[in-house]
Amino acid sequence: MFDYSMAEIGNIVVMQGFSGISLFSVLLLMALGLAVIFGQMGVINMAHGEFMALGAYTTVLFSQVAVSYDIVSYYFIFAIVAAFIVAFIVGYLVEYGLIRHLYKRPLDTLLATWGLSLIMQQTFRSIFGAKEVSATLPDWLLGSFQPTPDIDIPINGVFVLVLAAVVTVGVYIFMFRSRWGLRMRATVQNRIMAGAVGINTKKVDRVTFALGCGIAGVAGAAFTTIASTGPTTGSLYIVDSFMVVVFGGAASLLGTIASAFGIAQAQSILQFFMTSSMGKVATLMVIVGILMMRPEGLFASKLRK
Amino acid sequence: MTVTMSKILGGREGAIGLAVLALLILVILPLSLDLFRLGLVGKYTTYAFVAVSLVLLWGNGGILSLGQGIFFGLGGYLMAMFLKLEASDPISTKIQTTPGIPDFMDWNQLTALPWFWEPFNSLPFTILAILTIPALFAFIIGFAMFKRRVGGVYFAIITQAIALILSILIVGQQGYTGGVNGITDLKTMLGWDIRNDGAKYMLYYVNALLLIGSILLSRYILSSKFGMLLLAMRDKEERVRFSGYDVSNFKIFIFCVSALISAVGGAMFTLQVGFMSPSFVGIVPSIEMVIFAAVGGRMSLIGAVYGTLLVNFGKTMFSETYPELWLFLMGSLFIAVVMFFPNGLAGVWDKYAKRVGFIRRIMEGKGKADNTSADSNTQGAKA
Repeated sequence: MFDYSMAEIGNIVVMQGFSGISLFSVLLLMALGLAVIFGQMGVINMAHGEFMALGAYTTVLFSQVAVSYDIVSYYFIFAIVAAFIVAFIVGYLVEYGLIRHLYKRPLDTLLATWGLSLIMQQTFRSIFGAKEVSATLPDWLLGSFQPTPDIDIPINGVFVLVLAAVVTVGVYIFMFRSRWGLRMRATVQNRIMAGAVGINTKKVDRVTFALGCGIAGVAGAAFTTIASTGPTTGSLYIVDSFMVVVFGGAASLLGTIASAFGIAQAQSILQFFMTSSMGKVATLMVIVGILMMRPEGLFASKLRK
Repeated sequence: MTVTMSKILGGREGAIGLAVLALLILVILPLSLDLFRLGLVGKYTTYAFVAVSLVLLWGNGGILSLGQGIFFGLGGYLMAMFLKLEASDPISTKIQTTPGIPDFMDWNQLTALPWFWEPFNSLPFTILAILTIPALFAFIIGFAMFKRRVGGVYFAIITQAIALILSILIVGQQGYTGGVNGITDLKTMLGWDIRNDGAKYMLYYVNALLLIGSILLSRYILSSKFGMLLLAMRDKEERVRFSGYDVSNFKIFIFCVSALISAVGGAMFTLQVGFMSPSFVGIVPSIEMVIFAAVGGRMSLIGAVYGTLLVNFGKTMFSETYPELWLFLMGSLFIAVVMFFPNGLAGVWDKYAKRVGFIRRIMEGKGKADNTSADSNTQGAKA
């Protein structure tokens, strides 16, 4: 840590900080989906990472089609939408077939969705093979720009950040400024009364869950721009995403953003100065430590049960 | 039978169940399987310790720990440290740069034994460590969390994160822990070769008896007033608290007991299998152990053992012949157990097998209704 000059350290912090921002964007997208599912409905979806992988594989498929028709420049926007739709539909079906039977048993949901994640992983492996695959990115996503000669900021990182910002705003509008969000919050607050005033609570559950999965799909599409996708890609992010949601305070959107930022930056900067595994260990230990002192997370005042 | 004896055995039904299990693992399996297969059973029964601990913690206490691999792994590693030090005497390691330290330390340019390895030259200290360190660690986690009333899914997620931290730490600190390969090439315990056939039988029996001992201990705990409180806490925590009990102390205690039982299983694993690696510490093994307990029946101590054996034999069979199908099967098992058989094999047994006339007569003993204490478990499950 002491072999660098001040200017070098400044550059390292900017560049590692930026690589942290790519991680932050993916974590934030993952955590937004979880914040909707876990924060609002209290459902533990251990298969959330696999929904992300689903979105990523959808994007890869789109890129293969795009390459064969030579339309690589445009496909990505459609791929994001498709990733959302595919993950949304699968999430809808999963809610219908599995989750809705288990709302009263949150710990059992955890086990059932873990089973689901195993099945999805093996499905990916059977269809796409055990090797990692990556999408062919359009030219405008490649390369980097250099504000000063020593600083190198990759464009895909900027793109993912913008995407995460757009989705965050979208989720905010959906949850707090739309009729759907109103119904959703009403159902979470008081299911019986919500039903009494004519809200179809079962439908709300299904759409909420599917929406969370759809956002995970978008996270997957974003993920393809910074790394390649394998069958177990999702499972690498699942603990981190849960940590983000719990650390931020389960029901708080602002908390989710803040904690995703903090965790991603801490991990990325620590990984530069320590080994990569120790950086991760240090980050997770700090989070677990803080959660033990302050179990309700950063941005929530409600006592946890 | 004295009252305590009858409590531990769980009445007539419990005693018969335990006798059948003991007959199976102490007599039938050793006589009918070759040493290789028996070794597998021995390995699986070490997982059964964890499954039994989860019946206490999860089935009866309602606390789902996704970090039992932590304690299993700690127990296993503590044992492995002792065995490794014994295997790394200066004579057999004389080709190393620094003779007398474990080989992986030498590979990682360590020139002296780290201080926390030193005490593990002594077997009594190692055994003491296996019995205290995991339980102490559980106490710290439990104290920090239960005193602040963190429970349910938060506890599950945080224990999972701790399991992840520990496994990354072990993999990352190669020089001190053997890294991803774990601690291998364990040979003798106090000069006694643990790899020959006689030792394998011996260890198998020690392990089986310890498992039965753990079941008896768990029965004793569950049949006491504490066991009743545990069930009450699981179902209506607030009411127990308002009745004047300090709920968090009970939770910490049962978490420590479960850590202790898991650690014993881990230590026996190392002794029988001859190595320990981080693949038995992290998230995946921890959650797989939950499914062993769930398949056997989360309320049934004996069912948990059968569940462990069954799932593992299934895993061995399928992953030998159809490795691709295994994950599908495992995934479906998770879902099916949760959706259709929440009480696992034990639930199926209670529901169907006991209706068969002669089984009921054996279990109830000439129609005498003596199953009150044993049934408190299953009653709780239905409530």
